Amino acid sequence: MTEQATGSHHPQPRTRSAASTAPAERMTGAQSLIRSLEAVGADTVFGIPGGAILPAYDPLMDSSKVRHVLVRHEQGAGHAATGYAQATGRVGVCMATSGPGATNLVTPIADAHMDSVPIVAITGQVASKSIGTDAFQEADICGITMPITKHNFLVTDADEIPRTIAEAFHIASTGRPGPVLVDIAKDALQNETTFTWPPQQDLPGYRPVTKPHAKQIREAARLINESRRPVLYVGGGVLKAGATAELRILAELTGAPVTTTLMALGAFPDSHPQHVGMPGMHGDVSAVTALQKADLIVALGARFDDRVTGRLDTFAPHAKIVHADIDPAEISKNRVADVPIVGDAREVLADLIVAVQADHDAGHKGDYSEWWEHLNFWRNTYPLGYEVPADGSLSPQQVIERIGQLAPEGTLFAAGVGQHQMWAAQFIKYEKPGTWFNSGGAGTMGYAVPAAMGAKAGRPEATVWAVDGDGCFQMTNQELVTCALNNIPIKVAIINNGALGMVRQWQNLFYGERFSNTVLHDGAEGVPGSTRGVGSIQNRGTRVPDFVKLSEAMGCVGLRCESPEDLDKVIAEANAINDRPVVVDFIVHEDAMVWPMVAAGTSNDEIMAARDVRPDFSDGLDD
Amino acid sequence: MSKHTLSVLVENKPGVLARITALFSRRGFNIDSLAVGTTEHPDISRITIVVNVVDELPLEQVTKQLNKLVNVLKIVELDAAAAVARELVLVKVRADNESRSQVVEIVQLFRAKTVDVSPEAVTIEATGSADKLEAMLKMLEPFGIKELVQSGTIAIGRGARSITDRSLRALERSA
Repeated sequence: MTEQATGSHHPQPRTRSAASTAPAERMTGAQSLIRSLEAVGADTVFGIPGGAILPAYDPLMDSSKVRHVLVRHEQGAGHAATGYAQATGRVGVCMATSGPGATNLVTPIADAHMDSVPIVAITGQVASKSIGTDAFQEADICGITMPITKHNFLVTDADEIPRTIAEAFHIASTGRPGPVLVDIAKDALQNETTFTWPPQQDLPGYRPVTKPHAKQIREAARLINESRRPVLYVGGGVLKAGATAELRILAELTGAPVTTTLMALGAFPDSHPQHVGMPGMHGDVSAVTALQKADLIVALGARFDDRVTGRLDTFAPHAKIVHADIDPAEISKNRVADVPIVGDAREVLADLIVAVQADHDAGHKGDYSEWWEHLNFWRNTYPLGYEVPADGSLSPQQVIERIGQLAPEGTLFAAGVGQHQMWAAQFIKYEKPGTWFNSGGAGTMGYAVPAAMGAKAGRPEATVWAVDGDGCFQMTNQELVTCALNNIPIKVAIINNGALGMVRQWQNLFYGERFSNTVLHDGAEGVPGSTRGVGSIQNRGTRVPDFVKLSEAMGCVGLRCESPEDLDKVIAEANAINDRPVVVDFIVHEDAMVWPMVAAGTSNDEIMAARDVRPDFSDGLDD
Repeated sequence: MSKHTLSVLVENKPGVLARITALFSRRGFNIDSLAVGTTEHPDISRITIVVNVVDELPLEQVTKQLNKLVNVLKIVELDAAAAVARELVLVKVRADNESRSQVVEIVQLFRAKTVDVSPEAVTIEATGSADKLEAMLKMLEPFGIKELVQSGTIAIGRGARSITDRSLRALERSA
């Protein structure tokens, strides 16, 4: 993805005559791009240069406002932009060249799309005359990313660059946030143009509704106060809207239980007495059951994802639905809403507080005391838990729990995808918004390391732990080189069970314990000691790759922990290192499973608290 | 199954049609007919889409998803009773000296036009509702249809109101 630079190409910006009133300056499209990025406030760009984007990298070198972080793979740039965006609340930016550079961004763009994260991806494109000719490193990235971006642009005219960048940032960060791609032809970067700021935006078809309808708000408040078994079902939209303070006020005003989804951890303090846990496939029994038995669900910035609802036609059969979301297309998509509310979560909550208070003042206040008896019974009878392995090996849940407990105040956590992700959601306590990042919708393995890198780049004062699996880690660990070379000292916990643990868990439960190709330290059939994915004693402990050595080779501190006695000491050691990235290889028991669990495609009523343990719900609430 | 006619006003920009048709196929809808053209405002194109759906809810979903496209200005579902819908066909029918007068008689019955004549065939231009055109083609079939080309349906609401007015104002405000 490189191109030989042919001579220096430093067009000097010509200053206009002093008589000119407009603050317009002559410059190249590339300079105009960098000036536009500076003007929208982008301070960090993650990327890799290459032929088509090369003109943009020349003025980037001179920018004192935009820091470029040279990543090792474009996927890392994309996830880093996502991590940066979630940690800072600003738009994340990644940059790549045409063709393979751009297509390597596809996974993180799809990931950001599923989780509504505001990022802008800037890609170089072959010269406009060559578009459509199968030119070297040409890919129709606008066509490819059409279904996975909020919007995308192809720019072939240098004059269009400032306006397009302004529109891209506006679209990415407003309404329901999401990724926007700007593909710029090489000649548009090279040509002379005039830079003026701010440009005139032209988006007549883009008008996100943020203000909720007053009648719907009154109806929602009435239902809240009339209901006996309400649940506030809080999704990532509440975090994105910065509405956590309002959420807490509404929750405490109503006294209703709160459940925060995987995307909303930290939106409501885990330690709050009204928090009943996380819903979903691996959610708390109390949260899953609260939704199943509720007579009213107030969904706030949540989207009734299949991982939350289980089998949709049996989800929350007694509940009326108030559904508030900034995206009208989410309302009644999966579950029909009785009270649809289109609006920004913060404005919705603010208006709801007023309306609920008005009902209270008029003497209408819901009585949920009987409901809380049931909720507390489920919470006390089926708490989250795990068994410590009898053979003295490390329990993965315990490792993650201790990382959470020993982490400095204000630590940010990123997770990959799989068992370790679920345990990190379950056993780390999230008290504040913006402290937890993961790939919820897309389920992108390899998310943790680059996302943690982006978060740390955006919030250098915060401790950032990536909780990763050994499978995930092997997908994107090269970004630790980027971290080591760019003073981005993240901490990585590899929860190393030698297997693709979540897939192995499903094989364990649903495929008759046939562990096809999920054991990571096994080889092909015919290799001595190998059992073709089944895993064997001979191969155990071969430790290929050796994560400690690998980490050291990448400029990080590599540590290993194999027994519970060393756990706290090793975590403390990792916490004490702040000048370099540090990786801890936690060798954990391979048979640990994530519980509770609602098997895919089954009803939430079938939740298993642990293997062969089905909660008893003979409580007469199914009326 | 029920037929629905959607009028979609979009910005007249490259790639917009691809965004819309891709959205339909991604959401599992088959487009029955599609017609695109500019409107009285050169910056706005109008796409008329006819879809056949089993259930109303997925159509509502696809309409909402369409509305999210940045280049889409407005979507109106035209009720068949309150709108005029027309298609255009050009059809080449086998017609020699013996059968030509019969073919021309059918053309007149359906108020269509003969636009080209040769010793072996006539080419007919007809506009009308899908039902009328289907009836005409059925009548012509026994003579032998050599070639047929049909446009997508275009439709417009009855009465004085215009669906472009408000979108135009929005466009002018932003300009």
